[in-house]
Amino acid sequence: MLRLKNNFSIEHDIAGCGLCGIINIKKIRTNGEDIKKAIALEHDRGNGLGGGFAVYGCYPEYSELYAFHVMYDDIAAKEAAEEYFKNNFIIEKQESIPIFKTSKINDHPILHRYFMKPKSDREDRLFNELKDDDFVVKSVMLINSDYDGAYVFSSGKNMGAFKGVGYPEDIADFYMLDNVEGYMWTAHNRFPTNTPGWWGGAHPFTLLDWSIVHNGEISSYGINKRYLEMFKYNLALKTDTEVIAYILDLLIRKHGLPVEMAMNVLAAPFYQTIDKMEPEQKELYTALRQIYGSALLNGPFAIIFGYPDGMVALNDRIKLRPLVAGTKGDFTYIASEESSIREICSSPDVVWSPKAGEPIIIKTVKTDAKTAINTENISQKQRLIIS
Amino acid sequence: MTKSSFTNVQSEYLAVIDHAKCIRCKRCIQNCGWGTYSFGGDKIIADHSKCVACGRCYTYCPEGAISILKNPTVMRENGNWQDYHIKNIWRQSETGGIAISGMGTPLKYKKYFDHILLDACQVTNPPIDPLREPMELKTFLGKKPSKIELDFNEDGQPVLKNKMPPQIELATPFMFAPMSYGSISLNAQKAMALAARALGIVMNIGEGGLHDELVPFGKNIIVQVASGRFGVNRDYLNSGAAVEIKIGQGAKPGIGGHLPGEKIGADISRTRMIPAGTDAISPAPHHDIYSIEDLRQLIYAIKEAVNYEKPVSVKVAAVHNIAAIVSGVVRAGADIVYIDGFSGGTGAAPTIVRDNVGIPIEIALAQVDQRLREEGIRNEASLIAAGSIRSSADAVKAIALGADAVAIGTAALITMGCHVCGKCHTGNCSWGITTQRPELTRRLDPEEYGEKLYNLINAWSHEMKEVLGAMGVNSIESLRGSKERLRGIELTDSELKALGIKHAGM
Repeated sequence: MLRLKNNFSIEHDIAGCGLCGIINIKKIRTNGEDIKKAIALEHDRGNGLGGGFAVYGCYPEYSELYAFHVMYDDIAAKEAAEEYFKNNFIIEKQESIPIFKTSKINDHPILHRYFMKPKSDREDRLFNELKDDDFVVKSVMLINSDYDGAYVFSSGKNMGAFKGVGYPEDIADFYMLDNVEGYMWTAHNRFPTNTPGWWGGAHPFTLLDWSIVHNGEISSYGINKRYLEMFKYNLALKTDTEVIAYILDLLIRKHGLPVEMAMNVLAAPFYQTIDKMEPEQKELYTALRQIYGSALLNGPFAIIFGYPDGMVALNDRIKLRPLVAGTKGDFTYIASEESSIREICSSPDVVWSPKAGEPIIIKTVKTDAKTAINTENISQKQRLIIS
Repeated sequence: MTKSSFTNVQSEYLAVIDHAKCIRCKRCIQNCGWGTYSFGGDKIIADHSKCVACGRCYTYCPEGAISILKNPTVMRENGNWQDYHIKNIWRQSETGGIAISGMGTPLKYKKYFDHILLDACQVTNPPIDPLREPMELKTFLGKKPSKIELDFNEDGQPVLKNKMPPQIELATPFMFAPMSYGSISLNAQKAMALAARALGIVMNIGEGGLHDELVPFGKNIIVQVASGRFGVNRDYLNSGAAVEIKIGQGAKPGIGGHLPGEKIGADISRTRMIPAGTDAISPAPHHDIYSIEDLRQLIYAIKEAVNYEKPVSVKVAAVHNIAAIVSGVVRAGADIVYIDGFSGGTGAAPTIVRDNVGIPIEIALAQVDQRLREEGIRNEASLIAAGSIRSSADAVKAIALGADAVAIGTAALITMGCHVCGKCHTGNCSWGITTQRPELTRRLDPEEYGEKLYNLINAWSHEMKEVLGAMGVNSIESLRGSKERLRGIELTDSELKALGIKHAGM
């Protein structure tokens, strides 16, 4: 049976997983073959109950429009959601998401995509002046919580998520990702332990241009969720990965934190580290913990967070899940296992294991930049380990 | 009316002396604050009617010759007319007065902490070993902005735009509950001050003013402003880590306080700033606070007096409409709200109030936390939970229900020897705690009991770390308000709903 929503009685989903990410800092686009190969090597980290990919730069011809990827249980759900879209959005183009029926993925929802932008005279404008981004977020939450059998799984510009129930290599074939091109890819192989997989529950999770793939379990889920609810986020999916996506949306988009600082909220430095900082920095980091204590992600995790300007890889504060990084020329690779990197890049320039709680941030550069990789992103200590 | 020489109220306990063991050292006579023992020429004689089972005599009997027994003389059993009712009728018919009690209610109300179970990690996420990994209990009490405001310096590095509002820093999320000099002895306050300083937490001096000898402990003291305004002046307000406005107390919501004139000696008189020998009356209301807008004025008057450099706490008793009350208190500008549950302790309260008024802290706390979240103002104030926190388990559960920290009063007194006899109001405490009699107070050595208080909070903090580790989190803020880690057992749907938790197995 297809289930787009978490109808199980549990509060949140528990999963173990594998993940991969590839970014070209000059925004050179490549197709989905490499990422499929890399994540396929981590086959045993999943159990066939969820796989997925996020790709950035895949819709250059519609780069100013929000690309909605939507799953429907049935035609009725589709009609209901489309009624909402028609009333509130100008739909430039809509079509079925191209799929290739394989024997591995034999049961799937209706998959449709829309390229659109919010109407300037939409009804809610009578009551408030939401910015387009805020309205899209509100719409995604509304559909995902109130429209039975409909689930928006991607809503960013010039990016898209492709996911479902199955091993990731089969999901890649199903969505024919060898025909899709992007400058940044993330992938996920899922091992849910206490629920059957459902299509909506596969990774990546996205909101606007943010995407998250996540290996781990957020032991602080309960308070993270209640914290987000204070800011009117609706946690329809009840998965901890959704929590991460929304926290990042809150911190970066709404509160204007630099990406690095947002990572210092998710994996906050210990007080024993903060106490050794210079006074000004100590004051800042203490305040960060005082204000955002409820947004601290506690428990084991490795995440790859994608946004239009780059990719961030982050481990929990005591590194309870694997995460390896490697670079070769303009490419940076992140994976749960080093073998995944070597599968697609046999002789990387450097390979290292990011430290607990220390984010690896890879930002794209303008194409005329000379430096191949922003080496500042690798801390001195890590470089020593590498050499 | 002439007083009958006979009383229907029989001794509750028997102080039985084994005369074969007794060496007639008379330590029991000296130790008992109640006058139970006297020397009958050749042996110790006990007046059972005076015994309250405070345990002092047998603790200090060198020969182990004393046993305190429950009086075996039966009262006719009756499920409806219980001893408690019958004896109170007898007592009150003899005195014509309001029945007065000390400590929290001894009645067997349902204790919700005992019906809440904690979560732990298995397989999918690893537990963390607190002996080998950092485990953080540090807690800051005070208003937090809802978002951080940043500036960027010339190097492009982010710096704080505005200073944070004032906070109390606690090394571990415990504090000592307010107990005034007058209700307890100065030595008892000193023991808590010493422990608070060593632990990096705070004590609260209640509404009895700040004794000169406690002034050096200012960083670890919350000073209180209660309806009697005893000892309050500008220096007093600025002498602690925070100022607390006491509106109510869990053991006696809606009731003021009364320290009789005979207890107001020179020292207490100076500390409270009232004439010696006069009754110290704390009115039921603050007579300048008849509504929420008046509270706001007092909060801001105090903030002006302390130059906005110290957080202002408001202490309220848990009553039926507590969620709306606390929401109002937070909107009135309180930086911290101290919620005292109905089983909290007191130096003296009318028994009818102590035993019948208010609601349990567990439910009050869960409701307040939820309400503040729904209104989007949970960050505006920290919550302190109190009202018989009996163990580190109670503390952990209170924090998961939404408290930032817990306050312990009775547990601290028990550490100092209290046997919860409930006779604090008599001023005869044999342990030197709730008495001002010099021969009794001097036996309470602040350093000795300060160390025991330190040990207790230290032990509870270690236990808290063990539980956090078992839950797979390494910081107390990941447990705070995380009701998902709690499950109820033997609770009805209404109770689970009030607590905001699921039943075990769900």
